Amino acid sequence: MDLIYVDHAATSPIHPEVVQEMMPYFTEYFGNPSSIHQFGRKTRQLLDEARRTAAKSIGAASNQIMFTSGGTEADNAAIFGVAYANKERGNHIITTQIEHHAVLHACEELERQGFEVTYLPVDEKGRISFQDVKDALREDTVLVTIMYGNNEVGTVQDIPAIGELLEGHQAYFHTDAVQAYGVLPLNVDELKVDLLSISGHKINGPKGTGFLYIREGVAIAPSSFGGEQERKRRAGTENVAGIAGLAKAISIMMEQGAEKAAAYLAYKEAMIAILIKEDINFQVNGDPEHGLPHILNVSFPGVKTEVMLVNLDLAGIAASSGSACTAGSVEPSHVLTAMFGKTERTKNSIRFSFGLNNTMEQIEKTAYETAKIVKRLQK
Amino acid sequence: MSTRHEKSPAETRVVIGMSGGVDSSVAALMLKQQGYDVIGIFMKNWDDTDEFGVCTATEDYNDVIAVANQIGIPYYAVNFEKEYWDKVFTYFLEEYKAGRTPNPDVICNKEIKFKAFLDHAMSLGADFVATGHYARVAEQDGEVKMLRGVDENKDQTYFLNQLSQEQIEKVMFPIGELNKPQIRQMAAEAGLATAKKKDSTGICFIGERDFKDFLSNYLPAKPGEMRTLDGDFKGKHDGLMYYTIGQRHGLGIGGSGEPWFVVGKDLTENVLFVEQGFDHESLYSESLTAVQPSWMSNKPMEKTFHCTAKFRYRQPDKGVTVNLLDDGKLHVVFDDPQRAITPGQAVVFYDGDICLGGATIDEVIKNGEPISYL
Repeated sequence: MDLIYVDHAATSPIHPEVVQEMMPYFTEYFGNPSSIHQFGRKTRQLLDEARRTAAKSIGAASNQIMFTSGGTEADNAAIFGVAYANKERGNHIITTQIEHHAVLHACEELERQGFEVTYLPVDEKGRISFQDVKDALREDTVLVTIMYGNNEVGTVQDIPAIGELLEGHQAYFHTDAVQAYGVLPLNVDELKVDLLSISGHKINGPKGTGFLYIREGVAIAPSSFGGEQERKRRAGTENVAGIAGLAKAISIMMEQGAEKAAAYLAYKEAMIAILIKEDINFQVNGDPEHGLPHILNVSFPGVKTEVMLVNLDLAGIAASSGSACTAGSVEPSHVLTAMFGKTERTKNSIRFSFGLNNTMEQIEKTAYETAKIVKRLQK
Repeated sequence: MSTRHEKSPAETRVVIGMSGGVDSSVAALMLKQQGYDVIGIFMKNWDDTDEFGVCTATEDYNDVIAVANQIGIPYYAVNFEKEYWDKVFTYFLEEYKAGRTPNPDVICNKEIKFKAFLDHAMSLGADFVATGHYARVAEQDGEVKMLRGVDENKDQTYFLNQLSQEQIEKVMFPIGELNKPQIRQMAAEAGLATAKKKDSTGICFIGERDFKDFLSNYLPAKPGEMRTLDGDFKGKHDGLMYYTIGQRHGLGIGGSGEPWFVVGKDLTENVLFVEQGFDHESLYSESLTAVQPSWMSNKPMEKTFHCTAKFRYRQPDKGVTVNLLDDGKLHVVFDDPQRAITPGQAVVFYDGDICLGGATIDEVIKNGEPISYL
């Protein structure tokens, strides 16, 4: 059975050129970048180049890039770092109900520590309202953290408008751009953000890599203590091979990202067209106008998410519900719940996400196979 | 029905319920070795997450994952917490409230494992569902019969008594021909992660916890008096629901002579009746009535027939005459007087090794009258 992977929003395969790029840094160039000898200098050089590449990809300067172990660590470092470093300026944080758990659970932890958090609602398309942000903003707000493109339904928020609103306010502005990176052009000045999180494994880089952009002058507390790496904000010997891979993945992305995004959009449209042609009862979740090109979230009325996912898997198609599940407890997605309330629609949703190596043929097969299963189950 | 196994094993999809225990692990292994298209599924029916976020279901599911990967089968999980709460736990509490001693595992098999789970398996294209129960199924006289497991100590047909022909037609019990030591040995030889795992004991949702403590979280306990049937005060009880007929331990009645036993309950007066001696005559009865009878055969049962029966799990069979009453209930007359028949428990009928079906014990009859103190 030919397997079809349409779960790239969960993680993506490493690009072969990325693997090649990494290999020497496991064996030949293994030095510690902090060492003074030539072994150290070699990897330090790599780090500097990688930092420049990362910075360039978002229109930043290289001293504004802090390498992390991924999106979760970048989100945590931004949220806790800003909250702890700005306590005397206030203890109020604004976020949304549809953030990734790396943001939501970090905010909940801060609430337990005495911070106040406002969780902004979204409309049925998953968009927050500009007015809600404005209304939630207080004098003692120290951080606004709003994701760029949602990982479950793909809805993209108007980050530049919120950035503009926050100009002149003391609050720092963070965005989780993990899912948007690679498929949307990103520029921190245009987005008007102070902090931005990125993950390597969503863009065909290695797992355990990512970075946080920190605008010059942002007061942020360190996330770990020890050596002087990452400008004393994140102690610990750098993941050199991982960072080499991350930089290569970013380079490839900058060359091919736009072209890929167009292809993914075509996949999405083809899939919807086939489901319509097959006369399937379905609803697309998300915002067709403001959506990530590679994410298609669909609800099939009367078909439970977990049953659908297992049937797809048995047919060789790897998709996802978009939200994590443990030991059989598929919690209704918090994103869909924020969009639709506690309705059936939240229990019938499947996320298809496209990426490297997907072909139109695969996508068509996925659509027809999905239609076949849904027809059997909707009976 | 036609013959059960028309298709070759490779074309036959079997969805096996895996609990993370050694029995269902070996059952899955056997199916895989027999060449079936096997899918392992873990059922989460109860959430026991503690204050540290630890949940035995997560640990058990991790064992399922380890074993499924060792065997080489896909695995998934499914959540039936709501179904379990509505169908099994609610019934369990209602029965205790009514002063009876229910058997939630019987209802769990009927409503969850061989209904909700079976439906789920069918939606995944299953031809059969399998479990790690000690029981057997065989085709006889154009029907599927359920037979006792070969291991007499482990036979679990008692808990499966409410299954219908439609249910057992779709069931496989791979380990029914084996005994427990053989299961352990197979698990060890295959190096399965669960080979040395301790058997679970007691009711699944209570687990290793103290039963009294658990029940008191859901039902208010009403302490009252312990008396003999003649009315002599013998002490205090903690709440009628904590006691079952024939129980000896936990009464705290000292003194000389033979030990004391629970012989009955008065729900209105909140009195627990106790008498002295294992064989006290008040514990014996001659027949019972039972409700909600369920038969595994679709062929009509005789109005009156003789067979053997169990009134509790792991008791030896006793001879009985079963009478089907016009109101749908059963009147079950014992060949010899029986001790400590308990309302709420299942009475399960056998013809040799064949499990015929069962019902829930309602009234216990002595000298032609229902025993008033039960």
